[in-house]
Amino acid sequence: MTQAIDRPASKPLQCATFTNLKCRECGATYDLGAKHVCEECFGPLEVAYDYDAIRRQVTRESIAAGPNSIWRYKAFLPVATDTPIDVGTGMTPLLKANRLARRLGLKELYIKNDAVNMPTLSFKDRVVSVALTRARELGFTTVSCASTGNLANSTAAIAAHAGLDCCVFIPSDLEAGKVLGTLIYDPTVMAVHGNYDQVNRLCSEVANTHGWGFVNINLRPYYSEGSKTLAYEVVEQLGWKLPDHIVAPPASGSLYGKIYKGFNEFVKVGLVDDKPVRFSGAQAEGCSPIYQAYKEGRDFITPVKPNTIAKSIAIGNPADGIYALEIAKKTNGNIEAVTDAEIIEGMKLLAETEGIFTETAGGTTIAVLKKLAEAGKIDPDESTVAYITGNGLKTQEAVSGSVGEPLFIDPKLDSFERAWERANTLSRLDWQQTQV
Amino acid sequence: MAVKVLIPTPLQKFTNNEATIDIGGDNIVALLDSLESQFPGIKARLCDDSGELRRFVNFYVNSEDIRFLDGKETALSDGDEVSIVPAVAGG
Repeated sequence: MTQAIDRPASKPLQCATFTNLKCRECGATYDLGAKHVCEECFGPLEVAYDYDAIRRQVTRESIAAGPNSIWRYKAFLPVATDTPIDVGTGMTPLLKANRLARRLGLKELYIKNDAVNMPTLSFKDRVVSVALTRARELGFTTVSCASTGNLANSTAAIAAHAGLDCCVFIPSDLEAGKVLGTLIYDPTVMAVHGNYDQVNRLCSEVANTHGWGFVNINLRPYYSEGSKTLAYEVVEQLGWKLPDHIVAPPASGSLYGKIYKGFNEFVKVGLVDDKPVRFSGAQAEGCSPIYQAYKEGRDFITPVKPNTIAKSIAIGNPADGIYALEIAKKTNGNIEAVTDAEIIEGMKLLAETEGIFTETAGGTTIAVLKKLAEAGKIDPDESTVAYITGNGLKTQEAVSGSVGEPLFIDPKLDSFERAWERANTLSRLDWQQTQV
Repeated sequence: MAVKVLIPTPLQKFTNNEATIDIGGDNIVALLDSLESQFPGIKARLCDDSGELRRFVNFYVNSEDIRFLDGKETALSDGDEVSIVPAVAGG
């Protein structure tokens, strides 16, 4: 039985392990406020830590004895409080995907299943739990975000739990499930006539004039650190080992870079033995600026205008794209892109082989995994982790025409028997067609 | 001729905390020079040593990224709105 989640401070206060904000480009340092841009060079600011302090505080055993959520890794996260906002986020299943592996000719494949992350069924709950905990520490009473859907769901839900006011901005053409899944928490929702990149620009302008905590803008250095828990959990769930290869969607590039940082931090503090981990990236062809740069051997990203069903990863101007590109290159990974039709097939393949219904972003990851495996770009003996970042119930439009219909029958045995025979005939025909 | 420039928070210390500036310039390059003459030091924050726009700064003219237009040669007309925006994460 799972215990109720209500964790008042029960342990002595640990010293905060984060020390300042540091520019990734020029190294300038700043205090730990709500800012995300270097005033010298406009580079992104990142949280810096005292790794000696972390090493002193943390062991495998202390982590394993912690809460069954991302907060078991609190020493690696940029919050000072002993009572972070804990809505059960994280510690999602790492599933050994034997049936999918056989289909793809791989021997050791795992699915990190954030389609069932709590509370809003995407990896975004990780970053938002961290961002809103930090927002509260910094004194914000209103939180906000620019979102392709999942981030809006998560910000609205966790703000509701924390009692924070919330105003979110989304493109006006999002999937119905993502819009409803935000409105239910009763935030103010601004549906902007424009794509995500335009929504993001507008929010930056709003952030200049409103004193709100924008999770992906002025709180970005704290927010993005939450994605590191995707790395920590995989290491712990593999029995304190690094995988050989990971496949994840570098949409803005943030998650991808933070998984890389997470693995490196565990090595740095001695929690896991070092070894090379290859990073491969999955993009939708209709929005693949990082893939284009990779393919053309460029060291800069040219923005694109998104046109794909994979809306949650339709970011044409990826802020951390350049870092994702560097990581793929230096780890001997690959960036690959797939069509919308391949994305739908990827969603169906994961569902049919492993019982996981992912959204279009996950379909992109699986389709790229398949493409890389078929091209021999994943060694069958590599332990490979595919990161599934969101839930298919939110993007039903994408597959509603591709999964067939139920067989409608009368509540009579002979009606069932006729339909059953018909169903078997149809699958036999399917089978014969695939044999030809 | 004047265009309206939206100044991001990190640069507002150059503009006496003004978030919006009306200023002249026929294109982005000329606009940067106008900004520099009125607010000394601001250009070095936006451009690297070789004069190219820094890679983490985005310029928009009437909501369109200048990389979809003519880059820093993008022409400006009276009444245009230019937005300077740092790169942001998200999704």
